[in-house]
Amino acid sequence: MKFIDEFRRLELAQGLAGRIRQNSKRRARFMEFCGGHTVTILKHGIRQLLPPTIEMLSGPGCPVCVTDNADLDKAIALACIPGVILVTFGDMLKVPGSRSSLQKAKAEGADVRIVYSSLDALELARQNPDKKVVFLGIGFETTAPGIAASILQAEQEGLKNFYVLSLHKLCPPVIRALLDSGEVRLHGFILPGHVSAIIGSKAWEFLAKDYGIPGVVSGFEPLDVLQGVDMLVSQVENGESRVEIAYRRGVKPEGNLKAQELMYRVFEPCPARWRGIGEVPDSGLRLRPEFARFDAELVFSPDPGPTLEPKGCICGDILRGVKTPRDCCLFARVCTPENPVGPCMVSSEGSCAAYYLYGQDDE
Amino acid sequence: MSERILLAHGSGGKLSHELVEKTMLRAFFNPYLSKLDDSAILDLSGRLAFTTDSYVVDPIFFPGGDIGKLAVCGTVNDLAMVGAIPLYLSLSLIIEEGFSQDDLRRILDSVRRAAEEAGVEIVTGDTKVVHRGKADGIFINTAGLGVVPEGIEISGSNARPGDKVILSGPIGDHGIAVLSRREGLSFSTELESDVAPLNKLVAQMLEACPRIRCLRDPTRGGLATTLNELAKQSRVSIQLEEEKIPVREEVRAACEMLGLDPLYVANEGKLVAIVPDSDAATVLHVMHQNPYAREAAVIGEVRQGRPGRVTLRTRFGTSRIVDMLTGDPLPRIC
Repeated sequence: MKFIDEFRRLELAQGLAGRIRQNSKRRARFMEFCGGHTVTILKHGIRQLLPPTIEMLSGPGCPVCVTDNADLDKAIALACIPGVILVTFGDMLKVPGSRSSLQKAKAEGADVRIVYSSLDALELARQNPDKKVVFLGIGFETTAPGIAASILQAEQEGLKNFYVLSLHKLCPPVIRALLDSGEVRLHGFILPGHVSAIIGSKAWEFLAKDYGIPGVVSGFEPLDVLQGVDMLVSQVENGESRVEIAYRRGVKPEGNLKAQELMYRVFEPCPARWRGIGEVPDSGLRLRPEFARFDAELVFSPDPGPTLEPKGCICGDILRGVKTPRDCCLFARVCTPENPVGPCMVSSEGSCAAYYLYGQDDE
Repeated sequence: MSERILLAHGSGGKLSHELVEKTMLRAFFNPYLSKLDDSAILDLSGRLAFTTDSYVVDPIFFPGGDIGKLAVCGTVNDLAMVGAIPLYLSLSLIIEEGFSQDDLRRILDSVRRAAEEAGVEIVTGDTKVVHRGKADGIFINTAGLGVVPEGIEISGSNARPGDKVILSGPIGDHGIAVLSRREGLSFSTELESDVAPLNKLVAQMLEACPRIRCLRDPTRGGLATTLNELAKQSRVSIQLEEEKIPVREEVRAACEMLGLDPLYVANEGKLVAIVPDSDAATVLHVMHQNPYAREAAVIGEVRQGRPGRVTLRTRFGTSRIVDMLTGDPLPRIC
C-alpha cells in the first residue's frame, strides 16, 4: 500500500514546482473548481511552491457549500415530519439553515441518521417498514449515479417507504454561469478529477471552445495538483487553450458511460439554486416523472417558511471566487468549525474550513 | 447461551455478593480488596497523583484489546504522564441488564492482566446494573493513585524554546483499529490498537533523564491536539517535521479512505515527551530499548514563535498550521 507516497514524492514535487516557477512569466489566475483541491493545496502548502505570478482561487465545487438555504430548510422541514427518518451524509448535519440545522432538529427529536452510502439508506428503509425513509441527495455527478442505482434497487424490491430529496447539482453549467457573469477574470481551471471520471473531459471542452480558457482535469494528491498547474502554465505561456487530463489513471475523455446512463435513466436536468450564485438553468437533477413516487419533494411538499441568509456571511462571494475567506470579517472570529455561520466553514471541503484548519504559516 | 447479568447483580443483595466474591475477588485478589470494607485503607506518603477516567468504547472488544485493558492503561498512563509511579486503582462497572457473564469475565481477566503488567492493584470497586437500553453493554470508570518521586517536575507548562519533541511510535493505531472494527473495514494485515501501560517506559526515561519537561499521551484528539495543548500551556510554538512522524501504511490508507488525518486520530499506548535538546539523544536511546517505544523519534522542536501555535513542515518543504481537533469525527473510541 505504497500508493499514497507515490503521489507525494518530494523530488517530483520539487521538479514540477521548479518548472512552474521557471516557465511562468505572465500573471495568471487559476480557479480550482473543487473543494477537494482547495484542501490539498492548503494542507500541503502548495501555494508556497508557486511563483507570485500565479494566483489560485477556490471555486464552487463543494456540494454542501452550494446548497441553497431554501433547500436546506426544506430538508430540515422534512426531518421534522413525524414518522420520517431523514438520512444524510455527515457534513450536512451542522450546516445552519434559516432558523435551524439538521443537528438542532435531531436534538429536538427529529430522527436524523448519518450514512456513508445511499445503500445504507435503503437498508434503513427495509428495516423500518413503518417509517418513511428520506435520503438527502446532495452531491455532484459523482454521487448522483449511486443514488440513481439505489432508486432503481428500491423500485425492483418494491420498497414503498424510500424517498429522495434530490438536490444534486451539475458542474459544467455552473462554471458557464460564473464565466458568463464576468465577475472574475480567469486564465485557467483545475477541473475536478472525480466528477470528470463520470462525465469525462469532453464535458469541459466548452471552456476552450466558447471562452478560450484552458482547463486541466486533476487528481487530488499534491503531485496531481502541481502537474495540473504546470500544464495550465504552459498553455497560458504558449497562448493556447485546450482541455487536458492530468489524471489519466482515473479519467477518460468520454467518462463513465454506464454511470451517465444510470444517472439519466432516473434523473433529468432542471434549474437549480446555488448559494451565492442563484438559479442556474439545467444545473440540477430532478427525478424523472416515472420515478415521481420516490420524490420526497412531491410526496411530502415540505413547507419550510421564508428563507433567511446568515448576516455578514460571504460564503456566496467566496464560492464565486470574488472573495477569499480572509476577506470575511466573521472568519475565525465569529465563524469557526465549532460555531459555523455559513456552510463553507462546516464542510470538510469548504474553503473557509480549509483556510481555518491549514491556513498558511504566517509567521 | 452464556449466563446473563441480571438487575439483581447490582442490587446489593445476594447476587451482588456472589458476583463480587466469585468474579471480582477471584480476578483481583489482594489484601485491600479481600477485607470487603467500605473503603480501602492505603499507607502512602509523599506527593500523590490522583486521576480518573471513564471508558465507553464501542465495540467493547477490538483488535489488540478491549474495554478492560483500556480502562487500566488509560488511567495508569494518566498517572505516568505526570511522572508518578502508579500504585492503586479503583474499578467501577456500569453494566446493562442482559450483558453476557462470559464477556464480563473476559473483560475482568483483561483488567487483571493489564494491572499485573503495570504493577498496580485494584483496591476498591463498585458494580451497578441498569435496565436494558439504559447503557450500551458495559461502561467502566477507573480512578488511580500514584506517587511522584522527589525531584520530578513534569507539567505541560514546562516546554522551553530549543527543546526537542519526541514521539514514542506510530500514531493512529488505536482509533483506526476501533473504527475499522466498527465500520467493517478490513486490511490485508489486521491493524491492532496500541493500548498499553506506559508507566515502566516513563520510569526508564525519567531514570535516564529526570529533567524531562513535559509528558503527555496523545489520546482523544490525537497528536495534533496534544501538541496544541502543550504549546498553549507553555506559551511557545512547536514546529513538526511531517516526514519524521511515524504512521503505519494501513493507518494512512484507512485515513485516506475515511477522510481523516492521522494527526487527529487517537492513540492509547503512545506518549509525547518534550526534553531539553542536550538530553534528547539519551532519552531516545533509552526509549528504543523498551518494546513500547522501539520506533520513538524526534518529530520536531519547541520554538519561541507565536505562543500556542503548532506548525508542520510538509514533505515538500512548505509549512502549514496544525490546529486542535474540532468536532468529533470518531465518537466513543475510548
